[in-house]
Amino acid sequence: MSASFGIKGLELDVSEEVERITRGLRLAVHQTLHRQGAVVGISGGIDSSVVLALCARALGPERVVGVMLPERDSSAESVSLAREIAAYCGVQTVCEDISAALEGAGCYRRRDEAIVRLFPDYGPGWQAKITLPGSLLSQETLNVFTLTVTSPDGREFSRRLPLREYYQIVAASNFKQRIRMTMLYYHAELRNYAVVGTANKDEHDLGFFVKHGDAGVDVNPIVHLYKMQVYQVAQYLGLPEAIRNRPPTTDTYSGGSTQEEFFFRVPFPILDVVWLGYEQGVPATEIANALALSPEQVERIIADIARKQHTTAYLRMHPIVIDSPSGQART
Amino acid sequence: MASPEELIRSYIAQNILFSNDGYPYADDASFLGENIIDSMNILELVMFVEETFGIAVLDQEVVPANFDSVSKLAAFVRRKLVVAA
Repeated sequence: MSASFGIKGLELDVSEEVERITRGLRLAVHQTLHRQGAVVGISGGIDSSVVLALCARALGPERVVGVMLPERDSSAESVSLAREIAAYCGVQTVCEDISAALEGAGCYRRRDEAIVRLFPDYGPGWQAKITLPGSLLSQETLNVFTLTVTSPDGREFSRRLPLREYYQIVAASNFKQRIRMTMLYYHAELRNYAVVGTANKDEHDLGFFVKHGDAGVDVNPIVHLYKMQVYQVAQYLGLPEAIRNRPPTTDTYSGGSTQEEFFFRVPFPILDVVWLGYEQGVPATEIANALALSPEQVERIIADIARKQHTTAYLRMHPIVIDSPSGQART
Repeated sequence: MASPEELIRSYIAQNILFSNDGYPYADDASFLGENIIDSMNILELVMFVEETFGIAVLDQEVVPANFDSVSKLAAFVRRKLVVAA
């Protein structure tokens, strides 16, 4: 392998990549799906902002709708940044507050029931978030989730999440992504448009998404891009700095966990370089040299990538078909 | 009384592998390295050893050195039982 392995390996020819994706979007939406435009769920985050801008460039802003889908736990910043990016792209917006739909489905009640079993004082005015252990750079702990709640007067309490409560909190919270998906399809079908997804490679390949939720889309234009490459596209497209500089959040839990503490466990500039090296078969020592890390730290990150890919493989599977005489399933 | 190794093998075979042939791996086979269990199963194993052996597992103890094979987990359980005694 070349001795020059490093972050430069992630550098795109951005102008060519943007041209390629916009061409692909036109083909996918108009020729393959036979739809007249695109609907994009926008959160004010970097990924949905880039996808909105790519759709506007590919299809014309008049054939793109940005849908904001806030709910009770969303940060106010999400809507204001979403409006900012839509205005920047010249795209029409729709704002659908999904809190009532979530209330009807029992999302908050079911989630809070599980939280109260662990923290009986938890109630209105409290915040909650789920996190993984600290950075993989400093320790080799396995992925066991912790629930942290914060009282209205700012006191913080944490407990390791037992399985029953973990499953219930996640299952209830996933209503958010699944209700968003149904609302996006409402707006798409209303206009004979396609739903365009916003997942990047880190989210998709490591399983940071909800099956039939945010993954329920017609086209995935940036799913092949590492997060650091999404930033390059954002810069090339000249997206507003407030959006490019915003730390990626889950925007799912009231306690406002970042994607790094909820799931990825290392900063993207490190994760993506290690992953690129891993995919290219670069020895851990060489990746470590490029990042001024120890080989052990790199090995830990690689092991975590492999575990997440394995653990979340079922999320990426199509429905299994059982039609052979032996009953052997096929995907 | 069954040994920790037997109880761990039996739990994984019945609840994680859904195997009709018991636990088909060596005791030192890496759970995660050989995809015998996945990350979500780790929490299941933590709860299993806490309930079965009456020990409390600290967050900082949930590391591959303690949880990545039948042998490692059984040794961890024995150490905890000695401390608790």
